[in-house]
Amino acid sequence: MFDNFPLWPVRASTGAGNVDALYIFLVLLSGFMSVAIFTMILVFAMRYRRRRGVEAEQIEGSTALEITWSVIPLGIFMVIFFWGAIIYFQERTPPKGATEVYVVAKQWMWKLQHQEGQREINELHVPVGRDVKLIMTSQDVIHSFYVPAFRIKQDVLPGRYTTAWFRATKPGVYHLFCAEYCGTMHSGMIGQIVVMEPAQYEGWLAGGATFGSLAANGESIFQQLGCPTCHRADTQGRGPNLVGIFGRQVQLEDGRTVVADENYIRESILSPSAKIVSGFKPIMPVFQGLVSEEQLNALVEYVKSLNPPPSGAAGGQGVPLPPTKPRI
Amino acid sequence: MATAAITAEREHYLNKEYGIQSWLLTTDHKRIALLYLISITFFFFIGGFFALLIRLELLTPAGDLVQADTYNKLFSMHGQVMIFFFLIPSIPAVLGNFLVPLMIGARDLAFPRINLLSWYLYVIAGLIYIHCIVTGGVDTGWTFYTPFSTAFSNTKVVEAGLALFIAGFSSILTGLNFVVTIHRMRAPGMTWSRLPLFIWAHYATSIIQLLGTPVLAITLVLVVFERAFHLGIFDPTRGGDPLLFQHLFWFYSHPAVYIMILPSMGVVTEIVPCFSRKRIFGYNFVAMSSIAIAVFGFLVWAHHMFVAGISLYSALIFSILSYLVAVPSAIKVFNWTATMYKGSITFSTPMLYAFGFIGLFTMGGLTGLFLAALGIDVHVTDTYFVVAHFHYIMVGGAVMGYMAGMHFWWPKISGRMYPEAWGRLAALIVFLGFNLTFFPQFILGYLGMPRRYWQYPPEFQVLNVLSTAGSTILAVGYVLPMVYFLWSMRYGKIAEDNPWGASGLEWKTASPPPTFNFDEIPEVTWEAYDYEHIPAPAEVPVER
Repeated sequence: MFDNFPLWPVRASTGAGNVDALYIFLVLLSGFMSVAIFTMILVFAMRYRRRRGVEAEQIEGSTALEITWSVIPLGIFMVIFFWGAIIYFQERTPPKGATEVYVVAKQWMWKLQHQEGQREINELHVPVGRDVKLIMTSQDVIHSFYVPAFRIKQDVLPGRYTTAWFRATKPGVYHLFCAEYCGTMHSGMIGQIVVMEPAQYEGWLAGGATFGSLAANGESIFQQLGCPTCHRADTQGRGPNLVGIFGRQVQLEDGRTVVADENYIRESILSPSAKIVSGFKPIMPVFQGLVSEEQLNALVEYVKSLNPPPSGAAGGQGVPLPPTKPRI
Repeated sequence: MATAAITAEREHYLNKEYGIQSWLLTTDHKRIALLYLISITFFFFIGGFFALLIRLELLTPAGDLVQADTYNKLFSMHGQVMIFFFLIPSIPAVLGNFLVPLMIGARDLAFPRINLLSWYLYVIAGLIYIHCIVTGGVDTGWTFYTPFSTAFSNTKVVEAGLALFIAGFSSILTGLNFVVTIHRMRAPGMTWSRLPLFIWAHYATSIIQLLGTPVLAITLVLVVFERAFHLGIFDPTRGGDPLLFQHLFWFYSHPAVYIMILPSMGVVTEIVPCFSRKRIFGYNFVAMSSIAIAVFGFLVWAHHMFVAGISLYSALIFSILSYLVAVPSAIKVFNWTATMYKGSITFSTPMLYAFGFIGLFTMGGLTGLFLAALGIDVHVTDTYFVVAHFHYIMVGGAVMGYMAGMHFWWPKISGRMYPEAWGRLAALIVFLGFNLTFFPQFILGYLGMPRRYWQYPPEFQVLNVLSTAGSTILAVGYVLPMVYFLWSMRYGKIAEDNPWGASGLEWKTASPPPTFNFDEIPEVTWEAYDYEHIPAPAEVPVER
């Protein structure tokens, strides 16, 4: 309504409406509770103000009342809890097949890499109506990726990946804020999310300078660093065969099993001996400090691209992959 | 009843001895309370000054009044000063120190010299912190989040950490003293079920101080070690975990909120019955809700971390536990309200502040329900919504309660009455100024304005201007009482022993009390809030 005096934030994602609905419910509920309590206090203060010759009536209390005003609020609280938990669950569970964007935060800028190879700084172009999953890490301190119009926020930590997702519903340009205090120019670590119609977006993708796809980029880094010497696409390598590994459970030397997700692959590159796959020796060199966050993202994307696309559903997730008998 | 002339000559704790030594080496809990009063008031105005500079910077969207680094130091030091040097010691170390022995019928605290030691620790911590401020300050936010504080900040993190570490021990010793005193020093007949609820609230507070503060101390030591000796504890590049810091920090710092609010609840629980001329509604429930808040308060810390990268399932657990801790707070609000029912109510300054407390605490509590809802928290955490919420609890709640208590017990502390009309005016100004300052911040937060922003997009300006305007009104409301309290010490009307017709033991001794509180230790045969048997004051305060 007013350019410099808005009272409600723009709603531009599929999740935003759910958050607003619960918020409105809570505003009404707490408005009602406040009015009820304040009215009681005012009415009592007027009705029972001190008068000559009128004594206060001593009342000890009432267990029935105490139980009533404990149990009823608790019941209402549980409704809010479940409602809030359901929204959170949706916010935290990226849909399958979402387009992935890698985010690297540093003091004080956002660096973004599309799967197709486009790179952006402090700006993210996305199409309307597509699920976008953000895979985020920080080069230095903790930051937080916050888009008020999408009602999403996720801290971005150094040393690991955190994720968030959204599906934009309305073309426009929206604020991107850093929401976790990160030093001098924390308030300057802002950018914008540019939501475009799909056709426009395709145009934008085609128009930009490309560096090849992120996975192709990752493959060349994989070659440069000499990884294929051990990680061969057969059973003869000194390291595990990486084809089809992503998203599967792997058996570790110490008997545990872990899912080979982005964080596991990241850790296995930076400090390989942390979780050794059963049947292999801890001989891989440490890459901590030798690859940049962007190169790491490309490597992770490359490993993910080794999964044959159609077999994703047929292969059956969660079946432990015998590490020494790789499938080609 | 003593006449004014005789009261003036009577020996009491203020005129027993004179001279700087009689204050700096005193072991009288009442004098130590006044030493604390002076020290925390000093820090309150330092913290308030930082707050005003923050609000002035935010008057315009551009960062123009101070540099970005200066702004970051201002909000960091505002938080640390207000929390560790004002709010945490405020009611316990001033009113609690003064009143706990008086209310339970004791001659002093259990460890009078440890009490003095705790004040000296506070002063040492305060001096170190002031040195830190004037030689450069600290810019980590009050929260010291790693790895920013241990590996990136170029400011005086170690010095600030040391100051808060020492201040923590001051707090631990106060808590220890109260627990032992309440257990061991009660007058004959002062059973647990006859204790004033102010004592129950302080008992719960002391338990948190004793059990929680050491965790903060350990955490600060680890931060200093990582920063100074490069140990890898929290910094992932050295093999540490930054979330570990947040868990440790909030394990203390969430319960610390209850260190600030529980004593205020205790104050309000004394005032509402007194000015309603009624016993408290549901004594046992109010007492047990204090204990429940202290216990559950230790189990909700990770609700500060819903977007920090904790697992989905731990977030669910901490969300549901946060709703459980809201129940005892609700019980208190309902009981205060019910206490007024069929009372005989007057509207003296302490009662007006108590009304303000109930109103603002209710709003702070209800907005806490928003933040405990996981889906909403994701959007509003780390925005001005959170800033507004905790100021409603800590300023609207804790400081209102402190002001209520200061007015209520000022006649006992100083032996003089403050000017009633000015008192009511100040209460009104504080209430209006507070709401104008902080209500717009709820809207700003939902719109998405992040906290700790030195500059901000222009569409947020109007609400920020409203907030800054409110803060200047609030400042007037806080300066006024300081002026008229000082004025009243010389010119105020001489206070009677029990000007409000209140029920506690502290009102059964002289105003101001003699050094050892009671000429004769009272034997208690009545319950707390025995207003049926206490005549209302004849003259003060008469309503038309």
